Amino acid sequence: MASKVLQKPASFYDTYERNPSTDKKMPHYCPGCGHGNVHKFIAEALDNYELADRTIFISPVGCSVFGYYYFDTGNIQAAHGRAPAVATGIKRAHPHSIVISYQGDGDLAAIGTAEILHAANRGENITVFFINNAIYGMTGGQMAPTTLETQKTTTTPTGRNARNEGYPVKVAELISQLEAPVYVERVALFDNKHRSRARMAVRKAIKNQADHLGFSLVEILSPCPSGWKMDPVDSLHWIKDVMMNQFPLGVYKDNTKEVEPYEAPKMQLSDEEIKQAIEIIPDTEKEFKKTEYAERYANPEIKVAGFGGQGVLLLGAALAQAGLLENYNVSWLPSYGPEMRGGTANCHVNVRNIPVGSPVVNDPTVLIALNRPSLEKFEPVVVKNGLIIYDTSLIDIEVQRDDVEVLAIPATEMADKLGNTRTANMIAMAAFAGYTGIFNRETLKETLKTAIKRKKLLAINEKAVDEGYEFGKSKRPS
Amino acid sequence: MSKLLMKGNDAIVRGAILAGCRIYFGYPITPASEIAESAARYMPRVGGTFLQAESEIASINMVYGAAGGGVRVMTASSGPGISLKQEGISYAAGSELPCVIVDIMRGGPGLGNIAPEQSDYNQVVKGGGHGNFKCPVLAPNSVQEMSDLTQLAFEIAEKYRTPVYVLADGYTGQMMEAVEFGEPFTNVPKQDWAVYGDAESKHNLISSIYLDPEELEEHNRKLQQKYENIKQNEVRVEEFMLDDAEYVVVGYGIVSRVLKTTVERLRSQGLKFGLLRPITLFPFPEKRIIELAKMAKKFLAVEMSNGQMVEDIRLAVNGSRPVEFYGRMGGVVPTAAELVERCQNLVKKEN
Ligand SMILES: Cc1ncc(C[n+]2csc(CCOP(=O)(O)OP(=O)(O)O)c2C)c(N)n1
Ligand code: SF4
Repeated sequence: MASKVLQKPASFYDTYERNPSTDKKMPHYCPGCGHGNVHKFIAEALDNYELADRTIFISPVGCSVFGYYYFDTGNIQAAHGRAPAVATGIKRAHPHSIVISYQGDGDLAAIGTAEILHAANRGENITVFFINNAIYGMTGGQMAPTTLETQKTTTTPTGRNARNEGYPVKVAELISQLEAPVYVERVALFDNKHRSRARMAVRKAIKNQADHLGFSLVEILSPCPSGWKMDPVDSLHWIKDVMMNQFPLGVYKDNTKEVEPYEAPKMQLSDEEIKQAIEIIPDTEKEFKKTEYAERYANPEIKVAGFGGQGVLLLGAALAQAGLLENYNVSWLPSYGPEMRGGTANCHVNVRNIPVGSPVVNDPTVLIALNRPSLEKFEPVVVKNGLIIYDTSLIDIEVQRDDVEVLAIPATEMADKLGNTRTANMIAMAAFAGYTGIFNRETLKETLKTAIKRKKLLAINEKAVDEGYEFGKSKRPS
Repeated sequence: MSKLLMKGNDAIVRGAILAGCRIYFGYPITPASEIAESAARYMPRVGGTFLQAESEIASINMVYGAAGGGVRVMTASSGPGISLKQEGISYAAGSELPCVIVDIMRGGPGLGNIAPEQSDYNQVVKGGGHGNFKCPVLAPNSVQEMSDLTQLAFEIAEKYRTPVYVLADGYTGQMMEAVEFGEPFTNVPKQDWAVYGDAESKHNLISSIYLDPEELEEHNRKLQQKYENIKQNEVRVEEFMLDDAEYVVVGYGIVSRVLKTTVERLRSQGLKFGLLRPITLFPFPEKRIIELAKMAKKFLAVEMSNGQMVEDIRLAVNGSRPVEFYGRMGGVVPTAAELVERCQNLVKKEN
């Protein structure tokens, strides 16, 4: 019997080879420290459920930073407070693994508050052991978020003062308020009865994960004789007489009977299916021939501008798509961010025979203006002998410059006649092509397949292309 | 037509998936958000995971966790988010974890704005976080390269066990160009150092801790050797009209596109300019710059920053030639006209 009690769980290493100290048998914790107890409960549970091979133990920053000395499992050491995020990462990578996030109170309830809250809230199927010793042990006894009121630490030399430092953070209570966690309990290490309760809680929290039930957290009130500057026995009394008054023990949440186990489905795709899934198979294999047009229109640098909602970006994208289909080098660059929210939108399009240098169009050779502010803003920067196309239905002023070509088109009226105002952009696009001779009409129609997401709008947009193209062509200078 | 028109940010995600990446952790920020949105759309379709984390700190630590599991994993952000990720990147470098971090740079410091800048050079290329580490940095200047270099980033990351950055700017992320994609890579090799949650890998440890100073020095030396190997093997540049260049302009990312147009125009005026475009920022093409310094009269670095890369050029040139700098900040992209004028002045000053 005695030998059985003393036997080390198999989930611990026999000797602690990773510990640089000469004594490979002794753990690095102080005498009377609670960490050792909890480690043992974990190792016993892993033995019991035969989970050690599948387990990945996340060592935090704190006194348990060297957890990997002890656990004969996969081990990852994490940055201060980030263990739940690291646990999330590895669990998502290998869902069959058993991931344990083991954290102190500074780690979990101060620097890592966001990480624990959100891992819990997502219901990550991980197990969290939260060692509440009301102090920063590793760094020499500074205040922890769980330090009690009036408790003296090296950074609260006259005792924690709620007016200055606030109140102890109650983690079990907080986490149990969230929807997703399935099991939250607070236990304490001070006598056999309570240790045994703690052992059960540790087992249950691990088993929950193996059963795919979801997020479990066990808060453990744990002695830190060194940090508290007490001897080990007094430390146990202090937990019972002082700490437990502030941190009541008990099960704060247990849904384990109600929740359904959940395992994310696995997927195996062929190369072809992957390509399909990520939409990198072009709509058409067809090649479209380039047209002949006047030299002065070659390599257009186009600025398209109007109200947000007029389909300005789409117009530009359709031009770029047409260019791509006819084997030009193309680029399209939108104005983005708050500028768009302000109600105006513009984009820059290059359609070039040689590779596109800067995608930014500062001095457009072509301006397509769909509202008055756009015409006013960009007319001055159009290059000499450039082309300005503008929608006369919405713009009640005329182009002032006499050193540019102008195509005035009542695009919105034409669109209204077709029965859909929103086709004005495609009318203007096709007018550009019809007028300059750049792009075949068929190419433009092909671009609609990519540009128009709602298939029932395809027919009317095809008509818009016809109308715009004819209009532009009828105005083409001979 | 075998090409597709798409945004740089979308091409990154396609490239990543083709490279075998099946996990993305991120946090939204303009002008990088489309990367998260694309990942949210496509990762689940290929049996992968997309997770919007609670912060950039969390997302990089999730990356750290998954990378410890030996899978291909990525995140993306922009300046303010990259600042937050620095902690996790330092841990990943220290623990030698391969992962890919995309930075679509915007204007800074502070909240700055969302227009394109190149002001993250220092924090990305020089290591950024604490400790003696560096990360390889790939700087695409086209949508095609957003995909290609993302795929390369995964290879380099795995080959050297290091985080790798893809460093681009708001415009390269937002613009659409034609891209051609290759075949998917699905055989991500099993790593003998990673933890898979199985008996075979359970003795592996992912950690950046080396308590003993001598041991930590040894670890650091190993890291420096790795960076040396990367310097020897991974330098990539694009050169344009450098063969007989008297003046060398240097720029990366979107700026290099404007510079190419600039050089074309200067050449048509009979001015012998050439462009050196670093594709890798670490490793920096110092050797090539040293060679060029033997024949060229002058260098001009153009950046959308206060002059961060120019310091690396000056280090390489080591005083043997003048290295001038021209920068725009705040999201102003220099125009070709402006750069042509600047270069003409350079020649005038010379005469
Ligand atoms: C970012 C960062 N800040 C601060 C530290 C220093 N540090 C190491 S351990 C620790 C406190 C840990 O306390 P706790 O989580 O309560 O664990 P315990 O030591 O009591 O087990 C601190 C602040 C660190 N390692 N990293
Ligand atoms: S300082 Fe406290 S928590 Fe740390 S090992 Fe010692 S007793 Fe344990």
